[in-house]
Amino acid sequence: MPAAQAPAPQRQPRKASLGEGRWDDHRIEVILGNLLRAGVLLSAAVVLAGACVYLSRHAHESADYRIFRGEPSDFRTIPGVIRSVINGRGRGLIQLGLLFLIATPIARVAFSIVGFAMERDRMYVAFTLIVLAILLYSLLGSGVGV
Amino acid sequence: MTILEFTAVVASVSFVAGLLGALTGLGGGVVLVPLLTILFHVDIRYAIGASLVSVIATSSGAAAAYVKEGFSNIRIGMFLEIATTFGALLGAFLATRIPTSALAIIFGVVLLYSAYLSRKPRPAAQRSLPPDPLATRLRLNGSFPDLEGERSYNVQNVPTGFSLMFGAGALSGLLGIGSGAVKVLAMDQAMRIPFKVSTTTSNFMIGVTAAASAGVYLSRGYVDPGLAMPVMLGVLAGSLLGSRILVRAETKSLRLVFSLVILVLGLQMLYQGLWGRI
Repeated sequence: MPAAQAPAPQRQPRKASLGEGRWDDHRIEVILGNLLRAGVLLSAAVVLAGACVYLSRHAHESADYRIFRGEPSDFRTIPGVIRSVINGRGRGLIQLGLLFLIATPIARVAFSIVGFAMERDRMYVAFTLIVLAILLYSLLGSGVGV
Repeated sequence: MTILEFTAVVASVSFVAGLLGALTGLGGGVVLVPLLTILFHVDIRYAIGASLVSVIATSSGAAAAYVKEGFSNIRIGMFLEIATTFGALLGAFLATRIPTSALAIIFGVVLLYSAYLSRKPRPAAQRSLPPDPLATRLRLNGSFPDLEGERSYNVQNVPTGFSLMFGAGALSGLLGIGSGAVKVLAMDQAMRIPFKVSTTTSNFMIGVTAAASAGVYLSRGYVDPGLAMPVMLGVLAGSLLGSRILVRAETKSLRLVFSLVILVLGLQMLYQGLWGRI
């Protein structure tokens, strides 16, 4: 349930009466929002390209996801994914797109550090560094990097 | 079913789930895992892996639109993300250790709770609450443009909200969902954050939370490219379209239908989990 409980977007004109500090936050948010959208569109494009290659080769094989086998290491690690992209595999390209997708929110957190630093908000620079550390641990410490 | 047929059908179902999720505001991710496991007999672990990446896509894709509304509070978001990402990491590690039938049962309970929550009337907005010392120190209080001009709010019960967010993160990591229902509990009910601020802020947080567990899922081989591809593209396209069209008049009945779907899926997941079918 992403976008949970969100009402349909309301197109209200933004009021000009926002306070100064708030405006700074808002400016960071606009940049971050655009960054996120660009990341998602890029990853969707890569996934779509991979889908074309994958479907053109495997369209008529039978699909079976009833039994969990786990993915081969080519689709589980960053070097494996890169290797399979170089070998021209469609599913490798899809995984690469999904890696871009996972990297998008991480990039957003990294950019937030710059934003908070420019506002000279040390407490939030520290909070953001904690979140970034957890995200990098998950991506690299869990074995995706090897 | 051939791979081509499977891809087309899963992409269509995901598109509808994303569209309805965006139109009703209930989110499409929560229905995907049960649909994939019940209708398509996909192993729940593959379903969770695919749903998780689609959650990142919808959250990040909608962020730019939400930001333009100017309601989200990045400080609340970043502070609570410490709790949700820790929780998500824990949830993802738990998911690889507990039996799939237990996953199905927990999923069923979360679906039933979401269905209940979607029918419950929202509490009236609190006007002027006194500032909470902890929230003030953490600079969580803020303001947003309202119909009558700028409206400021004071965040309450920070420790309770933070703990609930840890739980929301753990559920997200465990089940591959955005867990909006628990986030609403934490932000609306405990922390008394205004509705619009909490929905937009929570959308921002969902992508980061899902990214924290996605690494674990990918490295454990739960993310299958052939399944994640139609799910991610379908949900993304559906939710982007849904956030663009405004069908105000229909939303109420759509919401009712969608909560019934969630209710039925919740009962199915409980049944299949309890009787060991999953």
